[in-house]
Amino acid sequence: MLVEQIAVFLENKSGRLAEITTVLADAGVNIRALSVADTADFGILRLIVDKVEKAKEVLRDKGFTVGKTHVIAVEVEDRTGGLAKVLSCLKEANINVEYMYAFVNRTGENAVLIFRFEKMEEAIKTLKKGGFTIISREQICAL
Amino acid sequence: MYWQKEQECLARPDLEKLQLERLVKTLKRVGTNVPFYRNKFQEQNLDPEKITSLEDIRKFPFTMKQDLRDNYPYGLFAVPLRDVVRVHSSSGTTGMATVVGYSKKDIVTWSNLVARILCGAGVTADDVIQIAFGYGLFTGGFGLHYGAERLGASVIPISAGNTKRQIQIMQDFKTTALVCTPSYALKMADVMMDMGINPNGLSLRYGLFGAEPWSEGMRKEINERLGIKATDNYGLSEVLGPGVAGECQQCNGLHVNEDHFLVEILNPETLEPVAPGEVGELVITTLTKEAFPVIRYRTRDLTRQIAEPCPCGRTFIRVSRMMGRSDDMLIIKGVNVFPTQIESILFDIEGTEPHYRLIVERENNEDKLTVMVEVVESLFFDEMRKQRTLVESIKRRMASELGIGVQIKLVEERTLERFEGKGDRVIDKRKL
Repeated sequence: MLVEQIAVFLENKSGRLAEITTVLADAGVNIRALSVADTADFGILRLIVDKVEKAKEVLRDKGFTVGKTHVIAVEVEDRTGGLAKVLSCLKEANINVEYMYAFVNRTGENAVLIFRFEKMEEAIKTLKKGGFTIISREQICAL
Repeated sequence: MYWQKEQECLARPDLEKLQLERLVKTLKRVGTNVPFYRNKFQEQNLDPEKITSLEDIRKFPFTMKQDLRDNYPYGLFAVPLRDVVRVHSSSGTTGMATVVGYSKKDIVTWSNLVARILCGAGVTADDVIQIAFGYGLFTGGFGLHYGAERLGASVIPISAGNTKRQIQIMQDFKTTALVCTPSYALKMADVMMDMGINPNGLSLRYGLFGAEPWSEGMRKEINERLGIKATDNYGLSEVLGPGVAGECQQCNGLHVNEDHFLVEILNPETLEPVAPGEVGELVITTLTKEAFPVIRYRTRDLTRQIAEPCPCGRTFIRVSRMMGRSDDMLIIKGVNVFPTQIESILFDIEGTEPHYRLIVERENNEDKLTVMVEVVESLFFDEMRKQRTLVESIKRRMASELGIGVQIKLVEERTLERFEGKGDRVIDKRKL
């Protein structure tokens, strides 16, 4: 149920993001979702890609610091209140969100929410109980 | 375990009395026999007869590495060459070579002092000791060799190099104690892996390492990978070679063989003694050497005294492992900072050799130290909260260990210049 995500350390220097995306494109890696978190000094780029190992390998070869973590992907209907429902369910169970980002799939009907929680196992149980659809990386890539 | 218990556990007042007697004798001898010292003493009107306490050593002049070079080769010998039975020489990597000599009695003393170090590290007459220090003009190989024979251990004088053969012999000859540099011990561990040899299957139990600076992190790594107890020992050819100081089984600082050496720990700038426990430069006066005595030799090695008495029972003071060279010292906001202190903190946090750069600037008349650290995977988190917590924890630790606040700047891997060996990791932008 967990989705592998890769994270890349970024110094706040111009052109780094362009460089990463080019490296991945040249290696034939497709980026399905991404988010950047940044401070004045540095940033963290998080990516969901179709070829995880390949992406890590080519980025490391280029000298990037790459980490791999697991996140949870939840599919919701792309309607008003879709995200709010998920978050209230988590709030009731007292589960903190470390970070999240979202994207809408090609057909535009559903949105995919990517979550990282402090307590991953508990979060999965809660979401399942709440009747939400948790999807795998393969499913994300097939969207 | 002691080699010369009576001396090693001598009560402090008796030890200090002995040191004073020997100090006066040494100063008299060099003042008579060595023109370099005779001239200096005369110029400064110094009379060894007038010494009444160990503190009086502070009136006497220092001996520098350059003085040894200026008197190349035999100018500082205090006995006729006829009485010298051995000559060693430093490599001269940082300038012209220096030459030191030993009398017959010096060799016996040296052997005993090294036997003390071996004993302290756990080695006994039952051990098989493999000496992988170079034999030759370097003092390491012969110094350890004579000490180990004196102790009665079985010595394998393999010398340095040819790692695969070292490991083969270690396995076949059932070596129990290894003597080499700490970095070579790690290299051996790597080669063992390549050869498919499990270190746990060997007889190796002890490792005595020295001749280069190392860290607590490296000790841990050596202990784990080779399955041994690693101890640190210290010496320098200008003073004796190995045998000046060594760790006991407590592995918490090196006991100085104080009945043969008088040590001072001085602020390298002011040349005044540092407060007890503070980092300073080790300055050594030999108390018993016949052929090549030195007075207040500035080692340039940085250490600090460990004040607490050692549970091992030795009364000799302990000094911490050498923390770097006084030539590298930075003064930031009036506080002495050594790059090696920062390096060892980073090593501790990262678990591997850190890549870092220190930038010193002056803004609004205030010094500012920025530590640039390459983000390796062990320092990288996908969560911003954890990433920032890490930066804060490095800052806190540096502030508490260095005594000044620092800025931490995380940079991408492989963006800081790499150096072969000792590089200048400090960029001082202060224009004073």
